[in-house]
Amino acid sequence: MSKLKPGEISMGTTIMAVEFDGGVVLGADSRTSSGPYIVNRVTDKLTMVNENIYCCRSGSAADTQAVADIVRYQLDQYTAQHGEPPTVKVAASLFQEICYQNRSQLMAGIIIAGWDKREGGSVYDIPLGGSLHREPFSLGGSGSTYVYGYCDKTFRRGMSKEECIEFVKNTVSLAMTRDGSSGGVVRLAVITKDGVERHIIPGNQLPEQYTG
Amino acid sequence: MTSIGTGYDLSVSTYSPDGRVFQVEYAQKAVDNSGTAIGLRVKDGVVLAVEKIKHSRLLVPNSNKRIMTAGTHIGVASAGWMSDTRHLVKRARDEARHYNSTYKSPIPANIIAERMGMYVQAYTLYSAVRPFGVSTLLATMDADGPQLYMIEPSGQYMGYHGCAVGKGKQAAKTEIEKLDLSTMSVRDAVKEAARIIYSVHDSSKDKLFELELSWVCGESGGIHTHVPQDLFNEAVEYAENADASDDEDDEMDDDE
Repeated sequence: MSKLKPGEISMGTTIMAVEFDGGVVLGADSRTSSGPYIVNRVTDKLTMVNENIYCCRSGSAADTQAVADIVRYQLDQYTAQHGEPPTVKVAASLFQEICYQNRSQLMAGIIIAGWDKREGGSVYDIPLGGSLHREPFSLGGSGSTYVYGYCDKTFRRGMSKEECIEFVKNTVSLAMTRDGSSGGVVRLAVITKDGVERHIIPGNQLPEQYTG
Repeated sequence: MTSIGTGYDLSVSTYSPDGRVFQVEYAQKAVDNSGTAIGLRVKDGVVLAVEKIKHSRLLVPNSNKRIMTAGTHIGVASAGWMSDTRHLVKRARDEARHYNSTYKSPIPANIIAERMGMYVQAYTLYSAVRPFGVSTLLATMDADGPQLYMIEPSGQYMGYHGCAVGKGKQAAKTEIEKLDLSTMSVRDAVKEAARIIYSVHDSSKDKLFELELSWVCGESGGIHTHVPQDLFNEAVEYAENADASDDEDDEMDDDE
């Protein structure tokens, strides 16, 4: 598996997405670093690829931006040809095709989530090797390793939109405090049939927790 | 369609002075000489039926199928040159597989119809090729339910509730128009399709024929396949009875 090249900018990251009845909640921290140096402390790692489909990017900033750009272009073409927006599954399979075929050169861990009229809200995960998994919720990035236990204990199927927002907010902020490569603000996106809502939780308004 | 514009019917890359491409019309003629093929799109599925004319008693029954499958959910029935059909079916299979590998979802009816239409149309542009001598019926079930498309030698493709091609197309269309397709069940449609093929078959011209019946529907699991043997037998019985009582009523002359 490829490592970061000298000087390459990485998103040591915490990203996640959760599915609820009627939509999805995506969350991410905002730290982009190059070694010990924080390149950007307010990065937006939640990237739109189509009307109601977003992706959470982790790994190399350059790689994931390039892949997301290509997929956005392909989905625009899809919409024109089919006369209707793509499903989240279609978007995820386009990501997978690129991630799998270039797996030896890419460093990209991507979560795709969104709403479509056939499936409602859905979350897909594409980890490093380029495999594709549909999951009720998904975690990614270096920070995720610190909070799997919290998620497994806290997650319940059938949570409401508000409960999902709380779940994502808590998870990401817990990961941000323990993971040195995650930090900054918590960014959220809530996608339903009515569109996308974006939220920002600044670093000084994160949920209360033990900080040592 | 006589050769008024003599010399303008030799190439697909030349229009006649009144704006026609005779080679494409001749290809249509090849379709009109074929055994009849019909498609019925009803509320819960699509049925394809073909009158397979047999040139010889030596042919093995149930071989040389004229209805083929282009993808699990796509059925193809055609009228015209079978060799051309096989080429188009191969193309349809390639398109369906390619779509599936990029989008991980079955190709929708309108997309496969468009792509096949584009392919057929390309053969009406160049003098080095001849247009396809087939009209193709595409029967599919996609996320929007049952769909039926027909692609003609010109590359024109349209969606239908019911359509017919080949020798008996006029009579078949008249019969199809009498049906209430939007409320009919797919099982009834199989029987009606068999009846129509039997009724348009002209036994004075072509003695031997074999009926082929296929469907895509919920009962078939959204998969295109020939209908089960018991339903096939039921349909044939229904068709033969209807045909017999028809003959008593009047001697219907069928047209060209």
